[in-house]
Amino acid sequence: MSHQVLQPRSLLTRRDPAWARDFEAILQAYEAAGGKVSALQSDRIASAVISGNRVLFVNEIPGVHIEAEEIPTGIRAHIRLDPGTKVEYPVHLCFGMVPREGLQEIIPVFEIGEEAEVGFLAHCTFPNALDLRHVMEGVIRIGPGATMRYTEAHYHGPHGGIQVLPTSRVVVEEGGRFENEFNLTHGRVGRLEIRIEVDVAARGVAELTAKAYGLGDDHIRIEEVIRLNGPDARGLTKTRVAVRDRAVGEVYTTAEGNAPGARGHMDCTEIVRGEAVARNTPVVIVRDDEARVTHEAAIGSVSRKELETLMARGLDEDEAIDIIIRGMLR
Amino acid sequence: MEKTDRPLLIVEDLSVNRPGAEVLRGVNLTLWPAEVHVLLGLNGSGKTSLALTLMGCAGYTPARGRILFDGEDITYLPVNERARRGITLAWQEPARFEGLLTGDYLALGVRGDGNGGPSVRERVEEALRAVALAPAAYLARPVDQSLSGGERKRIELAAVYAMRPRLAILDEPDSGIDVLCQDEIVRLIRRMADEGTAVLLITHRDEMAAAADQASLICGGVVVKTGDPEEVRAYFAQRCRPHEESLGAQPWEVRNGDAYKGVVTQRVCQ
Repeated sequence: MSHQVLQPRSLLTRRDPAWARDFEAILQAYEAAGGKVSALQSDRIASAVISGNRVLFVNEIPGVHIEAEEIPTGIRAHIRLDPGTKVEYPVHLCFGMVPREGLQEIIPVFEIGEEAEVGFLAHCTFPNALDLRHVMEGVIRIGPGATMRYTEAHYHGPHGGIQVLPTSRVVVEEGGRFENEFNLTHGRVGRLEIRIEVDVAARGVAELTAKAYGLGDDHIRIEEVIRLNGPDARGLTKTRVAVRDRAVGEVYTTAEGNAPGARGHMDCTEIVRGEAVARNTPVVIVRDDEARVTHEAAIGSVSRKELETLMARGLDEDEAIDIIIRGMLR
Repeated sequence: MEKTDRPLLIVEDLSVNRPGAEVLRGVNLTLWPAEVHVLLGLNGSGKTSLALTLMGCAGYTPARGRILFDGEDITYLPVNERARRGITLAWQEPARFEGLLTGDYLALGVRGDGNGGPSVRERVEEALRAVALAPAAYLARPVDQSLSGGERKRIELAAVYAMRPRLAILDEPDSGIDVLCQDEIVRLIRRMADEGTAVLLITHRDEMAAAADQASLICGGVVVKTGDPEEVRAYFAQRCRPHEESLGAQPWEVRNGDAYKGVVTQRVCQ
C-alpha cells in the first residue's frame, strides 16, 4: 500500500515510462469522455487522476485537500474542504481503466466543511471494457450551510462489457445542499446499478439527477432514497432513462417526509423502444402531517405529437426519436 | 399575390373518420402558390382535423378522396415526406421538448443555401425576430414547459418561417397570444406569402380574414363556402357566430354538447 500526493510540476518532470504510458492513455480516454485535459494542467484547479489502482496525479489548492491511497484493487480517497472555502472552479476527477478486464474499487470520503461551497466534475471512462467491474462506495458529509455539486459523466466504450456499481451514503446537515448528477448517455452501459441514500437535516436540500441510455442487452438499475428528516428539508429526484433493443431500465425512488415542512418530489421519465423494458417504482413515505411528498412518472414510447412535429420539419422517424431522447438526456 | 397556372394544393372529396365520428366529409379545397387562404370555422367544425390530415399525421388517414401537392398525389405519404416536399404545420398547441434548445429546434428544418446567402444561424435569428422574440434571449432556452404558451406558439411560428416551406399550415397561430403580437403575426403571414409561401391560416377569429387572399368556411367537416375573404367573413359572422354565442365558448361542455354537435354536423344554420 502506498500513499501519493503529486503536485502539478511532477506532471512535467516525472520520467517513469510506465507512468507516462498510463497517464497518456487515461487522458485520451478522459478527453473522449468529455473531460478537458487543460483543467488537469491548471494550478488553480484541484484535480485527481486515477487509473485502475494507480493514483497518477493529484493537485490540491488552498482549502481543498485530496489524499489518495492505493489498495490492491483500487484506491481510497479522502477529499476535504476546509470550512468556509469557496472553490471557484470545479474539482476535476478522472477515474478509469484502460485495460479490457479487471476490477476497480473507488472508496472515497468527501467532507465538505461548514459553509464551504464546491463543485466536482468527475469523468469515469472505460473505453475498452470487455469484462470490467467498477465499484464505488462513497461517503459524503455536507456540513452545515455547505454546498456540494457533483456531476459524474461515464463513458464505457462500445462493447457493453462492464459493470458499474456505485453506492453512496450522503448526509446533508442543517442548511446544507447536495446536488448530484449522473450521466451515462454515450456508448454502452453494460450493467449499471446505482444506489444512493441521502439524509437531509433541517432546511437542507438534496437534488438527485440520473440520466442513462441503454441499448443492446444493457441493464440499468437506479435506486435513490431521500429521507427528509429535518423541518423544511427539500428533496428532488429526477430520473431520465431511455432503453431500446432488449435493454432494461429500472428506477426505484423513495422519498420520506419525516418532519414538518419537508417537501419531496420524484420525477421519472422513461422512453422505451423495441423489446426493451422500463419499470418505475416510486415509494412515498410521510411521517409528519405537515410534510408533503409527490411523484410523477411517464413511461412509454416517444410522444406521437413530438415525433410528428419534428417529422414536419423534414426529419425521418429515427432521427426525430434520437433528437427527442438526446434532449431528454441532455 | 402572383398566381401561376397550376394550384399548389388540391384537396378532392376528402373524408376522414375518427373513432365515433366522420370529422371530414368530402372536403374540397384549392390553394395557389404564395396565397394566404384563411379557413374559418367554429370549434369542432373540422379545421384542425383538416390540418392534421394535410400534414399526414397518425390517425388522420383519409377514408376517401385525395390530396394533390404540386400535381403529385401525396394522400398516403408520411409526415416527413410531405415536409421534404415543402409542407409543414404549426400545431395549435405545439409540443414541448425537454432539453431541446430553441436555436437547435429552429435549425432542424433549415438548410443553409451554401451560396453566400444567409447561414442557418442567420435564418434562425431572423425567424425569431420575425415573431418579436430577441434571439439573444431565446436561442439557448429549451423548448419545454419553461416557456409560456404564447412564447411557445411564437417559436412554433418562427420554426415554420425559418423553414421557408412552400405550404405552411398554421393552426390558430393567433390563439393564446396577446393582442399586440397578433398584428405582428398578421405581418409575418403576409411576409411569408410575399416570399413565396402559401399559407393555410386556420382560425375562428374572423378578423384574421383581413390578412387573406382567399377564404373558406368549414362546418360539420364540410367546406361550405369559399371565396372573397370579406364575403366569407361576413357569412361566418352572421350565420355561424350566433350559434357559437348561444352555445357558449365551450361547446364540449356536457350541457351544450349535443346541441353543438347538431350545429356542426347538421349545419342547422343553413
